[in-house]
Amino acid sequence: MWFEQVLFFIAAAGALTGALGVVLLQNPFYSVLSLVGHLLGLAVLFLLLHAEFLAAAQVVVYAGAVMVLYLFVVAYIGGADEPLRPESGGVAVFGPLFALAVAVELCIAFISSGLQALDTRGADLGPGFGSPGGIGELLLTDFLVPFEAASFLLLMAAVGAVVLARRRRGLEEVGTGKFSTRDDPPTETLEVRV
Amino acid sequence: MNITWYLILSAFIFAIGAAGVMSRRNPLVVLLCLELMLNAGNLALVAFSRMHGGEAGQVFALIVMVIAACEVVIGLGIIVAMYRNRLPIDIDEMSELRG
Repeated sequence: MWFEQVLFFIAAAGALTGALGVVLLQNPFYSVLSLVGHLLGLAVLFLLLHAEFLAAAQVVVYAGAVMVLYLFVVAYIGGADEPLRPESGGVAVFGPLFALAVAVELCIAFISSGLQALDTRGADLGPGFGSPGGIGELLLTDFLVPFEAASFLLLMAAVGAVVLARRRRGLEEVGTGKFSTRDDPPTETLEVRV
Repeated sequence: MNITWYLILSAFIFAIGAAGVMSRRNPLVVLLCLELMLNAGNLALVAFSRMHGGEAGQVFALIVMVIAACEVVIGLGIIVAMYRNRLPIDIDEMSELRG
């Protein structure tokens, strides 16, 4: 299976360089673009792990929609270059050291975990492994409560984003200038709160 | 490929994201590095799901993606609110969160 190995190393190198680009590039715009490359590399890795539906969702939802949201905000607030290192030396030295320690510790934990199946290529799979049908069936049977909780969380996030990003002063001006001159005061509380 | 390769790759991506969270000052880039860490967790979940031959890990990864989307929406909303109130877009300057 040399083809799988070559594809793994290409995708892993892409994902790692994308991740390094996110951290090391100074312009936030290029960081976002680098994260898109990282997500595409991860989608290839998901395909190699027989998670086809997850790879498709990664490309469409993550690399498509969420990254476009990021790009909008970067363009909105103006991606100003920043100096990479903070001037105080403590975080600049201990941040990468701590990250290296975390990586080494995680590798030691994985390798010495004693799981016999880690050195294999995984269990034998059925024909429909990772298909949308299988995942959807799991979502609606075994994982119904997390599914509903996630949807409720999305609803809360949407409402929270509207509350956070509304223009407060603008709404008050509309409310006082346009609607308060009317004669019927009971209806104005309904139409201002959008 | 052995599952160990995927797990070691996810460990390195997680460490890179953690280094970015600690050393960058732009909140946008900090959010991007949080995405890196969540994606490293996703990769480990999918690798373990492949190891066991069950699809539960993929469902977990899907829900982690939903959580990441929520976090992005709220984080970007806070950044836009900071920009509207003419606060500096800098984590070190932002020591208190008041409406």
